[in-house]
Amino acid sequence: MQTASATTAAPALKAEARDFNFFYGDVQALKKINMPIHDKKVTALIGPSGCGKSTYLRSFNRMHDLYPGNRYEGEIRFYPDNTNLLSPDVDPIEVRMRVGMVFQKPNPFPKSIFENVAYGLRVRGEKNRRALDDKVEAALKGAAIWDEVKDRLQDLATNLSGGQQQRLCIARALATDPELLLFDEPTSALDPIATGAIEELVHELKQRVTILIVTHNMQQAARVSDYTAYMYLGEMIEFGKTDDIFIKPQDKRTEDYITGRMG
Amino acid sequence: MQANPNDKQAQIRALIARGKLKDALFAALGIICLGIGLVVIFALVADMAVKGAARFNLDFFLNFASRRATQAGILSAWVGSLLVMLVTALTAVPLGVAAGLYLEEYAKRNWITEVIEINITNLAAVPSIVYGLLALGIFVYTFGFGQSILSAGLTLALLILPIVIVSTREAIRSIPAMIREGSMAVGATRWQTCRYHIIPYAMPGILTGVIIGLARAIGETAPIITIGALTFIAFLPPVPFSELADGTRAGLFDWVMSPFTVMPIQIFNWTSRPDPAFEVNAAAAGFVLMAMVLTMNAIAIWLRYRLRKNIKW
Amino acid sequence: MNSCAMTAPPAPDAPVVSNRLAKNAMRHASERVIEALLFAAAAVSVLTTVGIVYVLVSESIQFFQSVGLVEFLTDTQWTPLFDDAHFGIMVLISGTLVSSAVALAVAIPMGTVIAIYLSEFANPKVRELAKPILELLGGIPTIVFGYFALLIVTPLLQKIFPELPGFSLLSAGLVMGIMIVPYVASLSEDAMRAVPMSLREGSYAMGGTRLHTALHVVVPAAFSGLAASYILGISRAVGETMILAVAAGMQPNLTWNPMEPAATITSYIVQVALGDLPHGSIGYQTIFAAGLTLLLITLLFNILGQWLRRKFRENY
Repeated sequence: MQTASATTAAPALKAEARDFNFFYGDVQALKKINMPIHDKKVTALIGPSGCGKSTYLRSFNRMHDLYPGNRYEGEIRFYPDNTNLLSPDVDPIEVRMRVGMVFQKPNPFPKSIFENVAYGLRVRGEKNRRALDDKVEAALKGAAIWDEVKDRLQDLATNLSGGQQQRLCIARALATDPELLLFDEPTSALDPIATGAIEELVHELKQRVTILIVTHNMQQAARVSDYTAYMYLGEMIEFGKTDDIFIKPQDKRTEDYITGRMG
Repeated sequence: MQANPNDKQAQIRALIARGKLKDALFAALGIICLGIGLVVIFALVADMAVKGAARFNLDFFLNFASRRATQAGILSAWVGSLLVMLVTALTAVPLGVAAGLYLEEYAKRNWITEVIEINITNLAAVPSIVYGLLALGIFVYTFGFGQSILSAGLTLALLILPIVIVSTREAIRSIPAMIREGSMAVGATRWQTCRYHIIPYAMPGILTGVIIGLARAIGETAPIITIGALTFIAFLPPVPFSELADGTRAGLFDWVMSPFTVMPIQIFNWTSRPDPAFEVNAAAAGFVLMAMVLTMNAIAIWLRYRLRKNIKW
Repeated sequence: MNSCAMTAPPAPDAPVVSNRLAKNAMRHASERVIEALLFAAAAVSVLTTVGIVYVLVSESIQFFQSVGLVEFLTDTQWTPLFDDAHFGIMVLISGTLVSSAVALAVAIPMGTVIAIYLSEFANPKVRELAKPILELLGGIPTIVFGYFALLIVTPLLQKIFPELPGFSLLSAGLVMGIMIVPYVASLSEDAMRAVPMSLREGSYAMGGTRLHTALHVVVPAAFSGLAASYILGISRAVGETMILAVAAGMQPNLTWNPMEPAATITSYIVQVALGDLPHGSIGYQTIFAAGLTLLLITLLFNILGQWLRRKFRENY
């Protein structure tokens, strides 16, 4: 929180949603969303379940393209090159190479710890063993799990504990130097101690990468984010600095949600 | 890293293009492999239809086997197949449904149940000819049924029993627990619940399994050859109460003890003759058998499709 | 139940109760009888196994009283019906293994490719269409496949390999492979579809292509299921009879060359059964010894499969 208030100047943008609509078949799940994502900051998406926050998050790496019948409208601008991520000319694979993602439930591949982290590098065609070793080590250090696994990199990732698995998944996403990192309720399957470790990690990671995080836990949003957006029934109700949203929300609905839950 | 971002982007795009090309090539390979399957079915049916065309007349269905290819027919074969299937169905359906019902609705989780379950799984992997050996030792010689329709029908019944049991169990398992609870709650016993609810609701699923099982049985050759079925039969099993050659009347069940032949054995016999004229007979008979089996399978597939669409618990 | 309550004398309560209890006991008894009958039906499958083992073992014991086990396993000739009888089962095993190897060389790659395609690439409409086709292919009687091998595939192959004889393990094996494809494809696809979507999403989110995701994430995760489908394929190949009896020739031939004709364990049994062998003769016993060998080979592969599955199940 201190860092957020310390940087007062308006920061650069990493991405920006402009009149963004999303449809599951005929059902409109997101309505006219306009919202900036500031560079090297943590932006939290909050709102009751079913409000569309995960749907919105998954639009940033075109996850919806995997399933038939989904449709985007409007734009998500990505900077510095100012491309529209949703344009049909933009390859979703290329988008996903620039935008990493960490899922709700840890989903390590049934491979060794090393191979999990090296996965994205191999997808990019990296074959040099030294480069792989270095980047895997750096990513594991970046995800604060190196000390726990450095002696057993060849062990199966699925044998790690839940919290370790999730940090491994973060390392997996970090290994390819993404510009934007998406977190989809990353701690909902974890115990409080593992949750604390992930939150601390998110806090550190914003030095090097822009983060967009969905959470159903408002304390978590307050703890880790610089900016917060409140969503309700597929609409963006309010967006602002986290402190402002939590201390003096402008919209009645935001206030109800925050006070209702936080007491 | 920031040195020449355009260069890096071009590299990534080339990589993605390569990946997508591989995707497309693999998809093409998948379609080709599926296509081979389709071509085989088509080639088989077409080849047999064209080659056997000369034999597709009523005589072919009404004549017995003969030494002369043009006069030979499949009368004893199709009647034999039908009668063997009758015995198979009458044995396998009650046994299979009862076993499936027991395992789903009655069995306690203990080692006996586990043995039965493991056993059913393993039986499905036993080669069919081994069933033939079992039947040869038990039905033909120990029970003294001889090389009869009864022996053949029982053998095939044992062979398809796992199929019937498994499909019965799956059909029963798809019935929600509330149906059982609803029935029990009004005071029905376990058997009444099965009799009036479980079995009727599971019927379409069971039927699908039975048809698939019978389609498999009607095409089986090896176990029936193994029990010593004859390949040349120029008579039909005695019709119940008809007059026999020795002047006596046939009993109701005399036919089950009669020697017989079946469609696949007739085809095997004709295929292994060196005279190419019999190839035509083999093709025609093969076409008839294929038509029977494919129709049965198609009915089962359609039934399952209907079932999946209609069920709304 | 109602009628019993009606006819019972209404005045004292006690008889009504006992009447009902008696009725319940009757009901209970009939329930027990039904349960026993159903159990008996379920037990038939166990009896079948017991019967198979009993028949094969008892006849084989008699067989091994006249033929030594060492001779059975090491003799290089199989001529049980000749005056100079030899009982070298390796002759039949070689034919079985060669034809199965040819079949699996077709069925495993093709089945796996089809499974990956259907599970990871095809859209739902193609899948809905392809599955019944595969099922129909799997339902074709093996005797028809035998006809196909002998009269269609062999002449085609002879155009490529002019020296190929009219009966060969190659032609029978290839067609056997086609026959097994649906089993492998269908079971493998089930195994791959059971892999949770979250794993696939993890890979796609890293920028993985479909093929990369399929080969590096889905296939390893589904490996135990794939192994099971391959084992079933092997069982089918080893136990297949009619295609070989029709298209591979039935003369015993110790060979590892698929271009030659050879008898297999199964086609030998058919050949003997076609003739007229007296019950109890040594020739009659050979088919049970051969059948026992066949069953042991299938059992061996199944145990191997169980072991493979357990090994990989533990890991994932």
